[in-house]
Amino acid sequence: MPIEVLMPALSPTMEKGNLAKWHVTEGDEVNSGDVIAEIETDKATMEVESVEEGTIGKILIEEGSMDVAVNTPIAIILSEGEDAATAISDTNTNTTNQDAAETPTTEIIAATEEPAPLTNQVEITVREALRDAMAEEMRLDDRVFVMGEEVAEYQGAYKVTQGLLDEFGKKRVIDTPITEYGFAGIACGAGMAGLKPIVEFMTFNFAMQAIDHIINSAAKTLYMSGGQMRCPVVFRGANGVASRVAAQHSQDYSSWYAQVPGLKVIAPYSASDAKGLLKAAIKDPNPVVFLENEILYGKSFPVPETDDHIIPIGKANVRQQGTDVTIVSYSRGVEYVENADVELKEMGISAEIIDLRTLRPLDMDTVLTSLRKTNRIVVVEEGWPTCSIGSEICSSVTNLAFDELDAPPLKVSGADVPMPYAANLEALALPTTNQIVEAVKKVTYRT
Amino acid sequence: MSSKSQKSVSKKDLYRDMLLIRRFEEKAGQLYGMGHIGGFCHLYIGQEAVVTGMNAVMIEGDQVITGYRDHGHMLVAGMDPNGVMAELTGRVDGYSRGKGGSMHMFSVEKHFYGGHGIVGAQVPLGTGLAFANKYRENNNVSLAYFGDGAANQGQVYESFNMAKLWNLPVVYVIENNRYGMGTSIERASSTTDLSQRGLSFDIPGIQVDGMDVDAVMEAGRKALDHARSGKGPFILEMITYRYRGHSMSDPAKYRSRDEVNEMRQDHDPITTLKEKILDDGDIDEDGLKQIDAEIRKIVNEAAEFAQTAPEPDPSELYTDILLEETA
Ligand SMILES: Cc1ncc(C[n+]2csc(CCOP(=O)(O)OP(=O)(O)O)c2C)c(N)n1
Ligand SMILES: [Mg+2]
Repeated sequence: MPIEVLMPALSPTMEKGNLAKWHVTEGDEVNSGDVIAEIETDKATMEVESVEEGTIGKILIEEGSMDVAVNTPIAIILSEGEDAATAISDTNTNTTNQDAAETPTTEIIAATEEPAPLTNQVEITVREALRDAMAEEMRLDDRVFVMGEEVAEYQGAYKVTQGLLDEFGKKRVIDTPITEYGFAGIACGAGMAGLKPIVEFMTFNFAMQAIDHIINSAAKTLYMSGGQMRCPVVFRGANGVASRVAAQHSQDYSSWYAQVPGLKVIAPYSASDAKGLLKAAIKDPNPVVFLENEILYGKSFPVPETDDHIIPIGKANVRQQGTDVTIVSYSRGVEYVENADVELKEMGISAEIIDLRTLRPLDMDTVLTSLRKTNRIVVVEEGWPTCSIGSEICSSVTNLAFDELDAPPLKVSGADVPMPYAANLEALALPTTNQIVEAVKKVTYRT
Repeated sequence: MSSKSQKSVSKKDLYRDMLLIRRFEEKAGQLYGMGHIGGFCHLYIGQEAVVTGMNAVMIEGDQVITGYRDHGHMLVAGMDPNGVMAELTGRVDGYSRGKGGSMHMFSVEKHFYGGHGIVGAQVPLGTGLAFANKYRENNNVSLAYFGDGAANQGQVYESFNMAKLWNLPVVYVIENNRYGMGTSIERASSTTDLSQRGLSFDIPGIQVDGMDVDAVMEAGRKALDHARSGKGPFILEMITYRYRGHSMSDPAKYRSRDEVNEMRQDHDPITTLKEKILDDGDIDEDGLKQIDAEIRKIVNEAAEFAQTAPEPDPSELYTDILLEETA
């Protein structure tokens, strides 16, 4: 049997890629392990190795083809004794790339951003926005430097620091060993000495190794020194649920850090907020925990085309005005809410959607203003339900605006379990559109 | 010295073990490419001689613990390839009932303690297994495997100190494959002879050609004897190489293709052993082909099993969080 070589998935989130280059031509012999092609994804160019032995019978997808869907046959390998003619007739039924490549892309719901900025907007990804924020601040202030695992030569494990080494050199873009506790402490020390370190954690799961310095050294120093000593470090990296990476690599730490006096905690959703808030965080004289999200890195949003786009820390954003219910979320939770809002609209429910953006200090004013209008509130979060951001908001609204509430405040959280690996269980562990819709129905008494 | 017997392992067994890992990993890579495996998947291809050689000189009851690059460790420990592959596809017949995935599998029966995702965490855990051995006076040794990158983590040195302070029966097997993700050991470590990292704790260590299963076995015997005889920890630095990227999504641009090809062509542990076997004349080409065919069958069956086994029942989401037993 001729063997079809399929377009491989090279990362947990890849759906399609470009066939950048063929290293073989028809008739070439290949062994297991030989590089046969190069595939480009949004993150990287990868080499594809053959896992079979035989002869390349036919190349089905031309070099240079764009957006080839995962699992599309890209070539045929013949084993001993097979000929190309049979291989070709075998695959004639297999109409190739263009059709397969047209996987529907999800539309991004237009954001009702803050007052329309006067500057031009450009569409960039969250990943690029974060990089631009760091680069702009590094140009302005030579005390700012970046350190972390794979941030320099590898250009970032998730490519957030792409290009920074080239522009700023080894002195300011520093690859560390895999020693989070140590380098977080070194950054705190450098911060105490007046530098402005940005520490990238490959993901916040590994910041647990370093959380002692984040809390004991960074958050408490100003207080313990009676206001004498600062520790202006930005601790940033991917937080929250990624795709299929299981319990030790998939957790939302928002409420952990949001609990700590002496820290500011930011968890943006859009590229514009990611950029404006990261710039504000780097300028801030306090330690800031900046929680990004791996799944959002590749998502594009309009961002003002200027190098002084700064979003103030501690201000929530009303992404959509509404009258029937206030839905509060942050980070990727906003995406869940906007997906659910499509159904709410169909049901005739007008939701006001608030993106908290900053988790400490929490902008309760914006939440309460909205609540006075809608009298109902649902909080949506990826994290665990106990002692969560949602718990905090529900408690605050009952304290501060009990009389405004027409229904008990509700929260929709991630399941109260370590993150499972299996695809079906993982989906059940995340907040779903259905749960959000049900919660909204409940507070609006539509059940 | 020990009441429990050492296994008798032939070259043919070693060849089989290594080939099983190689073919299993190739298949896992393929299934990942087809979308049947998700998340992180770290392949062991190139490093097969390390776990195969060490496993061959362990005795019944010796424990193994490692990081996320764990498929090879499980296969030589005698865990069922079907169960391992089904965990990779997230199915209920996997070792962790689909809840752990590639990085998190365990088998108490086979004395395999995981499968850990946090770089370096397995080192104190493995030292704790050794602590229990000493506490129970059971004459077993624990083997804690970790990478060249992990070797810089602080908890490694906290463990070294206590292991020697209390003379715990543990062998630290450092799998130095020259890179921690995209960072070469030279760019991450102030000193690169990792076998000497125990020096200031008075822990002996040696460097071993981890691409040569015979060398691994010889060093393994020495280290295990040392630990088992009550002299405390021992460090084996296995000089090895991973052929594939760090995980499936690593483009591996930090090293040259020539470097990889050179290792593959001139130092491949399976080819080396195969040549020795043929030279010795114990088995001929046909005999080896037969082993190849057997292994392919096992691996294909595992892949089939892993794709047909059912997903876990939704109710599994809330099981195994706490035990219900009371004291
Ligand atoms: C504490 C922690 N930091 C970072 C990571 C991400 N990470 C996973 S594997 C790895 C490289 C480890 O290299 P090494 O110890 O040499 O083992 P190898 O992968 O080469 O087998 C990194 C940085 C992690 N899992 N845990
Ligand atoms: Mg390594």
